[in-house]
Amino acid sequence: MRLNFKHEWIETNIGLMLVLTMLAISVGGLVEIAPLFLIDKTVEKTEGVNVRPYTPLEMRGRDIYVREGCYTCHSQMIRPFVDEKLRYGHYSLAAESQYDHPFQWGSKRTGPDLARVGGKYSNEWHVQHLIAPRSMVPESVMPNYPWLATTLLDQSDVAGRMKALRAVGVPYSLTEAEREANVEKFGAEVAAQLHIADAKKNLVEQANLGNYDGDKAGVSEMDALVAYLQVLGTMVDFTKVNEDELVRSR
Amino acid sequence: MSEQNLQSQTVQTTGHAWDGDLQEFNNPLPTWWVYTFYVTIVFSVVYWLIYPSWPFGKGFLTGFSDITYVNKAGETVSSHWNTRALLMEDLNKADEMQKPYFSKVAASDFGQISKDPELSGFVLSAGKALFTDNCAPCHQQGGQGVVGFFPNLTDDDWLYGGSYDKIHQTLVNGRRGYMPAFGEVLSVGEIDALANYVASLSGIEHDAGKAANGRALFSSETAACYYCHTDSAKGRQDMGAPNLTDKIWLWANVPGSDNPEGKIAAIRSTISTGVNKGVMPAWGERLSPEQIKVLTVYVHELGGGK
Repeated sequence: MRLNFKHEWIETNIGLMLVLTMLAISVGGLVEIAPLFLIDKTVEKTEGVNVRPYTPLEMRGRDIYVREGCYTCHSQMIRPFVDEKLRYGHYSLAAESQYDHPFQWGSKRTGPDLARVGGKYSNEWHVQHLIAPRSMVPESVMPNYPWLATTLLDQSDVAGRMKALRAVGVPYSLTEAEREANVEKFGAEVAAQLHIADAKKNLVEQANLGNYDGDKAGVSEMDALVAYLQVLGTMVDFTKVNEDELVRSR
Repeated sequence: MSEQNLQSQTVQTTGHAWDGDLQEFNNPLPTWWVYTFYVTIVFSVVYWLIYPSWPFGKGFLTGFSDITYVNKAGETVSSHWNTRALLMEDLNKADEMQKPYFSKVAASDFGQISKDPELSGFVLSAGKALFTDNCAPCHQQGGQGVVGFFPNLTDDDWLYGGSYDKIHQTLVNGRRGYMPAFGEVLSVGEIDALANYVASLSGIEHDAGKAANGRALFSSETAACYYCHTDSAKGRQDMGAPNLTDKIWLWANVPGSDNPEGKIAAIRSTISTGVNKGVMPAWGERLSPEQIKVLTVYVHELGGGK
């Protein structure tokens, strides 16, 4: 069984070689990852799963999370294993990162998983821990991030950032019709936060009300980052979720 | 070696020559390798049949293997094999092993737990694991806390009460520390007098004259410290107001300073800026009732409880 195939065809034609190499290395991604974005069941839609997009302040906090490279040491993906459930809580759902662009699942943990860190510690713990991690956790190897508390948050491009996320499918609203659709889907309170025209006002209001960094003067990067950390993994009400349905969807 | 290969007539070349005489051997793969490769292909087909695999239309093929587990409602559920179902099955096994202990914890009151040697042994080891996962980031591994941030749980001082019930209440609902800022209400001299009085309660070197003024202010309506800290300065636990006479410090970083002036300055600073921190998260929704009960006993034992 010998095909009349000659190495020479590929070896002497760099264009053909390039195309065939790309085809070969994309098989893994095409077969294993691409279908997950097309299958209906991937994003769980069961009762209790009311995941909303981030508020402007949380969204900026997430940007800082990405800017500082937190993802290089912290994952946001609790796997369905007993030990992970005991340490971090319920396994992560695809629905919980549906508005993340890019998602922060990660595959390497130098620090702990952060998928459900929201509400676990107080704001002041986060602030002190970000400024000087070893003052809270002596054995920690996390770097200090003292500038977050002293740097004011750049608010100039919040609306632009929301528009960019809207372009890739996050339901931030530009028009009245979109706003009403959000009221329908998330309720009036959340819909107001998702309206791009009010982005700056909402951001400042949330920061002043929450006072995440314990300092009332101005909106610091710390305010944004802590607001983001405190919302992680808190959007799904697992008392209402039908576990059996989650199991069937995989 | 290479000379031998060149002389060998059994190995074919690929048939083309570069630069006149540069040729390439065409060595076929060893037979064992080729057959192992075929076996892996057969294995993958079997694997596809057993486990969830190919996307199919709007869904996917679920495979023929299945898992049976008992859900929260106590019903036996059967599902195609997947990691979430596997977790359910594993949790069932873990629950089964811990059930004798946890159901005993649920059925016993706090006093019974600490008297039963077997049960208290379980509670202390399970409590240690829970404490390390959930409480240690703030209260530290040994429960010693951080001065200025999080209370020490190993001493005999309890902000909100050290009885089983009070500790349980603290764990379930969380707490929030609050003391008004007196910086704009009292003068600098008045705050200094109060700080000297508070220092005197703990035997820190102080100015007796100022302390006497502070004593009067403490119970006056101007400062009204007595309202939360009580007239004897032993504190009201229902307000979370600390005992000021026990030489144990949380908000004012008195131990951080090795001279009396520094210690009094730390007290002054707390009086003038107040406290609006000391947030203990509520664990009622994060942990199960049994886990909270275990932690209550564990924390109670740390400081000897009340």
